[in-house]
Amino acid sequence: MASEFPQNHFDLFRLPVRFALDRAALDQNYRALQGEVHPDRYATATSAERLRSAQMAALVNEAYQTLKSPVDRARYLLHLNGVDTQEETNTAMPADFLMRQMEWRETVEDARAAADIAALEKALDDLKREAAEFETQLHTALDEKNDHARAADLVRKLRFLDKVRDETELAIETLET
Amino acid sequence: MAYSDKVLDHYENPRNVGALDKNDPHVGTGMVGAPACGDVMKLQIRVGDDGVIADAKFKTYGCGSAIASSSLVTEWLKGKTLDQALEIKNSDIAEELALPPVKIHCSVLAEDAIKAAISDLKQKSGAEV
Repeated sequence: MASEFPQNHFDLFRLPVRFALDRAALDQNYRALQGEVHPDRYATATSAERLRSAQMAALVNEAYQTLKSPVDRARYLLHLNGVDTQEETNTAMPADFLMRQMEWRETVEDARAAADIAALEKALDDLKREAAEFETQLHTALDEKNDHARAADLVRKLRFLDKVRDETELAIETLET
Repeated sequence: MAYSDKVLDHYENPRNVGALDKNDPHVGTGMVGAPACGDVMKLQIRVGDDGVIADAKFKTYGCGSAIASSSLVTEWLKGKTLDQALEIKNSDIAEELALPPVKIHCSVLAEDAIKAAISDLKQKSGAEV
C-alpha cells in the first residue's frame, strides 16, 4: 500500500493530473493496487487494518471508475479546481444543440418502433463519433487552454449524448434478443 | 419509484403533445434540457392579439415526471397572459403532481421552458410585449 495517503485519484494511480489519459498505465496500476489492498491479504490482520484495507479497496475502485470515464474524469478535474459542472441546475443549453438532441431521440424512437437495427447501429456510430469529438474538445479545454467554463459546458453536453447512447444500446439489445 | 396518480394520468394521456409553427410571430418556442438526466423539453405557446395564451404544445423526451410536468403546464398556460404565465413556479408544478424530491428538477425544467418560450416570443416581437 502507498506509504503516503494519495492527494487525489490521479495521484493514487501515479498519473499526471490532466484529462489526457494513459489508459494502459491506469489499468496496470489499478490491478497492482487492487492486489495490494485486497481484503483476502488482511484475513489475519487486526480489525483496524482490515477496515483500512476495505476502505482502500473501495477508494481504489471508485477512483478507477471515475478516471476511466471521460465525463467523470472531466467532472473530477473540474471539481479539483473548485468548479461545479451545474448538471442539476443549468438547463440553458444552446437551442441548436437541444434541437439536435431532440432529433437524435426521434431517430432512435422511430428506429426502435420500426425494429430497424441497422438504423440504430448507424445512430450509435454517429453518437460515438460526436462524443469523441466532444472529448477531443475537453482535452483542449482542460489540458491546453485551462478553460473551465468551456469544459463544464462540454461535460453537460456529453451527459445528453450518454443518455441517447444508453437508450440506443438498450434498444439494440432488446431487438436482438 | 412509485409515481403519483396525477403523474401517471399525464404520462398515459399527455395533453397538448405536438408542435406549433415556430416561424409564426405569435409563437414562442422554449427549448431546455437537464444534463443530469439527459431530458429534453420543447414548449411552444401561441399568443392571441389580446395578449392571452391561446394554445400551448409540448414535446418532451424524458421520464414520466418530465412528461407530466410539461403536459400540466400546457394546460395551465392556456388562458393566461404572459405575466401570469411567468408566475408559474416549479414548486406549484411539483406540488400539483406530488413529485418526490429526486424529481423536482423535472418541474424546474418545465418552469425554465415557460421562461424560455416567453423570452423567445418577446425577442420576436421586439420591445412591444
